[in-house]
Amino acid sequence: MKYLTEFRNGEIAQRMAREIHQIATRPWKIMEICGGQTHSIIRNGIDQMLPAGIEMVHGPGCPVCVTPLGLIDKALAIAAQPGVIFCSFGDMLRVPGTDSDLFQVKGRGGDVRVVYSPLDAVELAVKNPDRQVVFFGVGFETTAPANAMSVHLAKRRGLKNFSLLVSHVLVPPAIEAIMGAPGNQVQAFLAAGHVCSVMGYWEYPPLAEKYRIPIIVTGFEPLDLLDGIRRAVVQLEAGRHEVENAYARIVSFEGNKPAQKLLSEVFEVTDRAWRGIGVIPKSGWRLSADYREFDAEERFHISGIHTEESPLCRAGDVLRGAIKPAECAAFGKECTPRHPLGATMVSSEGACAAYYNYGRFISAEELAGAGVARG
Amino acid sequence: MAENVISGALDFSNWSCPLPLADYPTIVMGHGGGGKLGNELVEHLFLPAFRNPALENLGDAAVLDVAAGKLAMSTDSFVVQPLFFPGGSIGGLAVNGTVNDLAVSGAEPKFLSASFILEEGFPLAQLAAIVAAMAEAAAVAGVQIVTGDTKVVERGHGDGCYINTAGIGVLRPGITVGPHRAQPGDAILVSGTIGDHGMAIMSVREGLEFESQIRSDCAALNGLIADVLAAVGSGVHAMRDPTRGGLASTLNEIAQSSGVGVAIDEPSLPVRLEVQSACELLGLDPVYVANEGKAVFFVAPEAAERVLEVLRSHPLGRDAARIGQVTAEHPRMLVARTAMGANRVIATQIGEQLPRIC
Repeated sequence: MKYLTEFRNGEIAQRMAREIHQIATRPWKIMEICGGQTHSIIRNGIDQMLPAGIEMVHGPGCPVCVTPLGLIDKALAIAAQPGVIFCSFGDMLRVPGTDSDLFQVKGRGGDVRVVYSPLDAVELAVKNPDRQVVFFGVGFETTAPANAMSVHLAKRRGLKNFSLLVSHVLVPPAIEAIMGAPGNQVQAFLAAGHVCSVMGYWEYPPLAEKYRIPIIVTGFEPLDLLDGIRRAVVQLEAGRHEVENAYARIVSFEGNKPAQKLLSEVFEVTDRAWRGIGVIPKSGWRLSADYREFDAEERFHISGIHTEESPLCRAGDVLRGAIKPAECAAFGKECTPRHPLGATMVSSEGACAAYYNYGRFISAEELAGAGVARG
Repeated sequence: MAENVISGALDFSNWSCPLPLADYPTIVMGHGGGGKLGNELVEHLFLPAFRNPALENLGDAAVLDVAAGKLAMSTDSFVVQPLFFPGGSIGGLAVNGTVNDLAVSGAEPKFLSASFILEEGFPLAQLAAIVAAMAEAAAVAGVQIVTGDTKVVERGHGDGCYINTAGIGVLRPGITVGPHRAQPGDAILVSGTIGDHGMAIMSVREGLEFESQIRSDCAALNGLIADVLAAVGSGVHAMRDPTRGGLASTLNEIAQSSGVGVAIDEPSLPVRLEVQSACELLGLDPVYVANEGKAVFFVAPEAAERVLEVLRSHPLGRDAARIGQVTAEHPRMLVARTAMGANRVIATQIGEQLPRIC
């Protein structure tokens, strides 16, 4: 696989790790924004290759995880309605709402379908003119262009039976929220490479300047991550705070201009509630006035649903980087991938799921003999 | 493809019934009613395809001649969608799945039953193609389909065609394999590339089109396994065919049954480039993706090289690889050494893998 296998070379990884050991003289806390990066770090054991003082703090970049519970409950209510075809990426199906999840709604007769692109949902709407097709459009800037394209096409084709249940969130306001939070310890960011492939990184220099933090645009393969971490450490040791691009094979400064143009046409910036974190001003997108007719919340007017978070779940603290998943008392006990209390235990990008699935819950004694390193 | 298969299975020129099959191009409720329509299916579809002495008696039960000794029995139901996919069909799966379950138990598969649950309106031509695929798979595996049943459910109450097969095999004398017999020091081998079947199925489901076609590995493994057992006999301690849940589930099951640790070397896992690429795209891990024509062997260390040689000289084992070993450390856990040199635990999946958002 071109552009993948060459970034998974174990020998080069060891060499890069040794270099980081040589550069680092002090402890540093570096946050990787994206849940995909978190999983790659844990799966490949990148954190175990770093000097003891370099701590990777896991960020909020898991779209499934930060989608507000109230919206998931709304999705469940819409999906349960007769005449609705409810389409979603596979990730969302097991995310627990207050009382249920999409799998259970499907089991009770709801027409819930996994699609691989929102454009497939538009095709479903064309093929099923007597049904209402709803796509659950969540995510960061990465998934936004395809979601925007789906409503753009639906409008152009005059579809009256397609709508988007939308909860888009944005990375730069999240960085501001984390840096502005009392007790913040994050000293550098690895920006999410996929997000920047769409948006570029022209939004980041003012943030690096304002908070005096290095921001490194970073990819997802082991060598990408090690390179991002190395560059962050070099800047931190030198007292610099610049924006660097360590993912130049994908990301340009300007980003994808046609995508950005479509996004600004279809969406408008709005305040968004982040699950576990709270409302962050101007941190998300909603459909703009021209496209409001495709908003599933407007079309279905769901009200009177009861929404209640699990009192045990500390997903918010995990998403803010305040605790590591295994520090939550419910982790691996009340909360497992089989019985998740929060979305971070379900999503393929959730930090709790990464720690659970790659065995970071097993006690030191159990692993001592095996030489299995721990996070 | 289907056309050719059908003309072989359905010979309308010999059709003797006053209501020819050609008049009923789709399954109707009467095909499962125990009357004439059902009999016609048997006489003109199932019997010609599966023909053997035990089946031809058409009794309520097949009477079988087996050598004295221990028998192995297994059953499995098949509900795959789509019914036809690159590299196979539900028919081939239904035969090979049960044959393989018997074979990895150390038995020589002999006889199968086949039960069909058909949905009203199911095209007879498709049923004929499925039956032809079963007949071909049975011939390749050297097993006989000796008894069967057909039921029809109303339209909307089934998914076209479900098949259940049960199988009987004769245990080879002196062979004692089992998931609880893996021992520290055992070498672990897999007979070929992993994840082919699961990704073949996923690639043809709605909305997924890959540039290069991924084919299911669906195959009967009894011949391959017979070669291995003939070569090293009791040197094989445990065998499994890693179907649903993939290699990860199989290795975890054996780790738990035997109370041992299983350590694998991730870069040594044989994965086709197109399967790996498709998995990357969807955010799936090939160790969790289903196989239908692969076996995993836990063998005594001194037998490992010989088993690898035997596997690689068989057409179904050309890509066989040694992937790890059994250890007394980390009992009941599967641990993989990654390309980075780190270790990670591979847990059993909760449900099916779900493609990620981005």
